[in-house]
Amino acid sequence: MLAYVIRRCFVGVIMLIVMSLVTFVLFFASPVDPARYACGKNCSPELREQTRKSLGYDKPVVVQWTNFLKGVVQGRDYPDDPELRAAAPELVTHCPAPCFGYSVVNTKTVNELMKEAFPVSLSISIAALVLWLFFGVLFGVIAAVRRGTLIDRGIVAVSLVLYAFPAFFIGLFLLKFIAIKWQWVEVPVYSPIAEAGVGAWMTSLLLPAVTLAVLYMAGYVRMTRAFVLESMSEDYVRTARAKGLKSGRVLFKHSMRAALTPLVTLVGLDFAGLMGGAIITETVFNYNGLGKLAFDANTTNDLPTIIGLVLLLGTFVIVANIIVDVLYAVIDPRVRVG
Amino acid sequence: MSSYLSVRDLKVHFPTVDGIVKATDGLSFDLEKGRTLGIVGESGSGKSVSSSAILGLHRKTSAQVSGEILLDGTDLLKLSDEQMRRRRGKDVAMIFQDPLSAMHPYYTVGNQIGEAYRVHHNVSKKAARARAIEMLDRVGIPQPDRRVDDYPHQFSGGMRQRAMIAMGLINNPSLLIADEPTTALDVTVQAQILDLLQDLQKEFESAVIIITHDLGVIAEVADEVLVMYAGRAVEVGTCKEILTHPEMPYTWGLLSSVPDVSGDTNARLIPIPGNPPSLLTPPSGCAFHPRCPHRDKVEGDLCVTTLPELAPGTRTETHLKRCHLTNPDAVYEREVLPEIAPDLVEEER
Repeated sequence: MLAYVIRRCFVGVIMLIVMSLVTFVLFFASPVDPARYACGKNCSPELREQTRKSLGYDKPVVVQWTNFLKGVVQGRDYPDDPELRAAAPELVTHCPAPCFGYSVVNTKTVNELMKEAFPVSLSISIAALVLWLFFGVLFGVIAAVRRGTLIDRGIVAVSLVLYAFPAFFIGLFLLKFIAIKWQWVEVPVYSPIAEAGVGAWMTSLLLPAVTLAVLYMAGYVRMTRAFVLESMSEDYVRTARAKGLKSGRVLFKHSMRAALTPLVTLVGLDFAGLMGGAIITETVFNYNGLGKLAFDANTTNDLPTIIGLVLLLGTFVIVANIIVDVLYAVIDPRVRVG
Repeated sequence: MSSYLSVRDLKVHFPTVDGIVKATDGLSFDLEKGRTLGIVGESGSGKSVSSSAILGLHRKTSAQVSGEILLDGTDLLKLSDEQMRRRRGKDVAMIFQDPLSAMHPYYTVGNQIGEAYRVHHNVSKKAARARAIEMLDRVGIPQPDRRVDDYPHQFSGGMRQRAMIAMGLINNPSLLIADEPTTALDVTVQAQILDLLQDLQKEFESAVIIITHDLGVIAEVADEVLVMYAGRAVEVGTCKEILTHPEMPYTWGLLSSVPDVSGDTNARLIPIPGNPPSLLTPPSGCAFHPRCPHRDKVEGDLCVTTLPELAPGTRTETHLKRCHLTNPDAVYEREVLPEIAPDLVEEER
């Protein structure tokens, strides 16, 4: 098992390196000139070339890419100019390894940007995950057990309606009515757990987490319902009933165990996707998470930030996949290797 | 004095959007302790549905079960869900067809067998495990104290079926229903499993119902035989009666489609033409009439219009058949036997 995980990690690192190269190539293949964008509206050709040089975009793509990789391993100085370092060291920003680059737009290293945004996204994602998993599975199981009844139809119908709402609608609705008009909760402002404490941290996450949870929950209700119904028609569930087990035990020990296995895969991937994908929710509530950072980096052609985020979010997906596969082996004895 | 198990006019109907599927439509039979009843029929003839009804496995939301199932004088169909659950697995146990899918892939064999014991006995997990090992040993699993912690996928097909039998018999049920217990197994393993079932039946003195489409299995283990077609019994009798003097054309068809390795190679395999009937819109009259090659021997269109009664045939009072033919013995000997067993006919001459 350990050898398997190590092998998967190794493959993951290779994938990340390839991803960084692809991102570089795609960035420079686009018709937008990043130097022109950075230098502003009234930009003479000379000034543009100068900006290009200072941003480091004048070198060939491959050289830029290898410099980037070198920075990840060794760290880098911005701007990487030995004369300037000797003359005025306070103007040079050192970015220690692993360095993902320096965002000229934000005048910060990418590491710093990600370090600021990461806890926000992680908090929202975890809070949303707990909510949608709990309620999604709960209502899904209730619908499956009461299949064909009014309860089942009601749950399925409501989840379908919720599923149809876009994130910005639910987000704005919660913000406008729950927080502003009826003032049931305060308008959420992200409060870090270290500064504000657990209670304030959780309160601050409530609305954005509910927004995301509602969307995901709708899908999970329907999937849980389908998986439980499917497993209830399995032969081994009939065997369990034939043994004379109580229906609760048949459901929770025999039926649910099999039904929840496919959910593990979905949860892992959805969580990884949410880390950088909650753009709309983060924008609506003005939470500076990774999704918002990625969106801003794209609109400002901020290559270093884009690269850094691609790699960070790619890492989440790869790690989530490995965790899911390991969990599978824990759940299903047939998958266990050596 | 009624029998140990007495099924009277059992009906299992499934309402669907297209109409009512009559999977079992008026089935009656009796079974004594220590005896084995073989139920034979094609797929979809209602064998498994009827046995699931005896165990009370049909969900009330999807199936309508009526009639009487008297087990030792108690009508199982009148019991509450909870009362039935307490009997299930204890008084009445079932062994299923495909042990790979009938055992939960995520739990060890010992866990699943022990669980069956713990439902009906207030014992510790340890005691249940010891009992599971004992049962595994009894059904012939080597090194049961080690194999008890294996998962079903680590067992071979025959061992899985042995484990299923151990699970079924762990509470000494007085009635054991085996639903095609050997269908998914190798021929060599089949014989072992059937031997095991017979040994255990003698040991526990239980009544056994074996459901199968394999007449070889019937010949091996059954005392009495019930042939089912389209949800009804079409011929009932002792094993010997049914196998040597069958009186219903459907039973002839079943016999004709069994290969006989020891017999004459000139003997032909004759499949029954056509497909099993739809249970949603069963044929009028005798359900077998569209496929019956002998219906021209019955006067008029009696076979098409009238459902024959399950009545004693030409031989004994206990040998019942559901057929309009008045001289089944003569037809069988003249037309069917020469086709399927020419050597037998030669010998008699």
